Amino acid sequence: MIEARGLCKRFGAIDAVREISFVAGDGRITGLLGPNGAGKSTCLRLIGGVLAPDRGEARIDGIDVGGEASAARARLGALPHAAGLYGHLTGRENIAYFGALHRIPAARIGREIDRWRERLGMADFLDRPAKSYSQGQRVKVALARALVHEPRNLVLDEPTNGLDVMAIRALRGVLAELRTEGRCILFSSHVMQEVSALCDRIVIIGGGRVLADDTPAALRVRSGTTTLEEAFLRILADGEREDEAPLGEGAA
Amino acid sequence: MRALWTVFRKELLENARDRRTLFSALVFGPLLGPLLFGVMVSRIVAEDAGSARQSVSLAVVHGERAPDLLAYLTAAGARLQRAPFGERAARSAVERGRAGVVLIVPRDYPRRFEHGEPARVLLVADSADNATRGDAARAGAMLQAYASAIAQLRLQVRGVDPLIAAPVTIDSIDVASASARAVSLIGLMTYFVLFAVLMGGLYFAIDATAGERERGSLEALLMVPIARGALVGGKILATSASMAASLAICLAAFLGVLHLLPLERLGMRSDFGPLMALEFFAICVPFVPVGAALMTFVASFTRSYREAQSYVAAVLLVPTLPIAFASIYSLRASPAWMVVPSLSQHLLMTSLLESRPIGALDLVVSAASSLLLALVLFVFTQRQWRRETMLG
Ligand SMILES: Nc1ncnc2c1ncn2[C@@H]1O[C@H](COP(=O)(O)OP(=O)(O)O)[C@@H](O)[C@H]1O
Ligand SMILES: [Mg+2]
Repeated sequence: MIEARGLCKRFGAIDAVREISFVAGDGRITGLLGPNGAGKSTCLRLIGGVLAPDRGEARIDGIDVGGEASAARARLGALPHAAGLYGHLTGRENIAYFGALHRIPAARIGREIDRWRERLGMADFLDRPAKSYSQGQRVKVALARALVHEPRNLVLDEPTNGLDVMAIRALRGVLAELRTEGRCILFSSHVMQEVSALCDRIVIIGGGRVLADDTPAALRVRSGTTTLEEAFLRILADGEREDEAPLGEGAA
Repeated sequence: MRALWTVFRKELLENARDRRTLFSALVFGPLLGPLLFGVMVSRIVAEDAGSARQSVSLAVVHGERAPDLLAYLTAAGARLQRAPFGERAARSAVERGRAGVVLIVPRDYPRRFEHGEPARVLLVADSADNATRGDAARAGAMLQAYASAIAQLRLQVRGVDPLIAAPVTIDSIDVASASARAVSLIGLMTYFVLFAVLMGGLYFAIDATAGERERGSLEALLMVPIARGALVGGKILATSASMAASLAICLAAFLGVLHLLPLERLGMRSDFGPLMALEFFAICVPFVPVGAALMTFVASFTRSYREAQSYVAAVLLVPTLPIAFASIYSLRASPAWMVVPSLSQHLLMTSLLESRPIGALDLVVSAASSLLLALVLFVFTQRQWRRETMLG
């Protein structure tokens, strides 16, 4: 389970994340939906502990990321926005490196890699240097790398970026499987269809704050639209209006 | 500790597969110095051989009074010119640098020579003038040779074995100018050794920091539950390993190059043998983590590979500064200087090359101060890696 409680993060004059709170439950896929610059990556970085919040806290399975960083991180797998691999290492070596850093015994790492090789269909490229990979192959290896220590929680930052339809489909399949295993999955996207196809719950953020947090069906009902696309746009527009009012007063 | 080892092994494996890194760490870095050194020394040797063969230039006043002498000098390789001034003006001409070396044949020379009396010639030269000092000495030697040849002829004419007049013969080899150069060459050699040490780690340090960021692997790495100290330590250790390898290759290459070069002709004792190479290695090894930590530290602030390249390359200049300082002030090894890394290594290596004894205290202080600085740099680097700005 991943919890965000009143997370705030400023970069100089930019309020990237303002009071973001939500809960991503186990056995569920939670979508963090928002346009570019909404604060999705910042939010996921706060959860991953590579950024420290100015206020608020993130918890992973109830463990404070800021307090017990190691214990919290051990329970989290992450596919960051730039899921870069080491080009001179093979996919297998890339995954094994992270397994070793998580202090997983070598034999178990080998078994895990073999398992993910079959599950993600990596057999024909896993032992080639990663610099020759296509974007889809890179994401698969990066996903296996995030899962090698069998974390209960997984965060993915716009994982479908640059993937073709086939690869996106394969990824969705894997995420759905991980859900049935009871894991907590939190992923960000700026594409509504992507989120609606997969998520049990959608957290819409805009301008660094949560604008809506509900099931896809409830979101549709709430905004009185027939498609999620329209619901998304309406919620964003409402959010902007709310933002501008206090800002205008402040400037005056 | 295990994490540090994991990071260390991965960095080595990754860089071992990178041809550019490997080339710069194990070929270009360590061999550039010895090769350049070899080329420079052989050119100097060739130049010196050339200047030895170079003829002496002499301005002659009243050469017509001693035609035999002039013929002898010409045959011996002297280039003679008629001086454009007389006996009296010769001295001031040399003083003012209008003439190099002047040979004056006085009026009484022909008469005294004919009568078998000591016939005087005058050689005017400025011994403070580096450019003509060699000419003056060689001209003097030629005149001496002429005098003894004449003496032997006269003895022979009188039925005396001429060898009686030559109880001792002297062959001298002038190394004055060459050994002066040897001193600066020594500074060059120690610089090349320190340069090889740093080059050995250049791309390792860049790859481990700026490379990690540019590839986009940094964020995932920073989410792994290991101490930043282990991460940074493993990277610095891998960089150090490559630098130590580069140092070893460089010293082996110097062994080969110095073995081939005729260093005695430069007034340098070429006693740079395997033992001294090992001593060099021991002296320089404490400098290895200093360089590795410094380059990693500098690279940690850069945003891209290219930016890192230019900043970290600037670190390659670091060892030149103390060496330049040392040669300007003619520093010798002393405990006070041993607290300055790179300067201490330079001074210790120079002492070895000049066959001066090295104090045990100097060695200890040099190693300890270097390791201490490495530790300080490591702590700073680790602190930088704990910052959020690392993500870039
Ligand atoms: N390291 C940073 N330094 C300064 N500003 C940042 C940094 N990271 C993000 N921002 C700013 O914070 C805002 C939110 O960024 P981000 O979380 O990346 O949005 P998203 O992932 O939703 O596109 C943007 O305005 C972005 O420019
Ligand atoms: Mg983003």
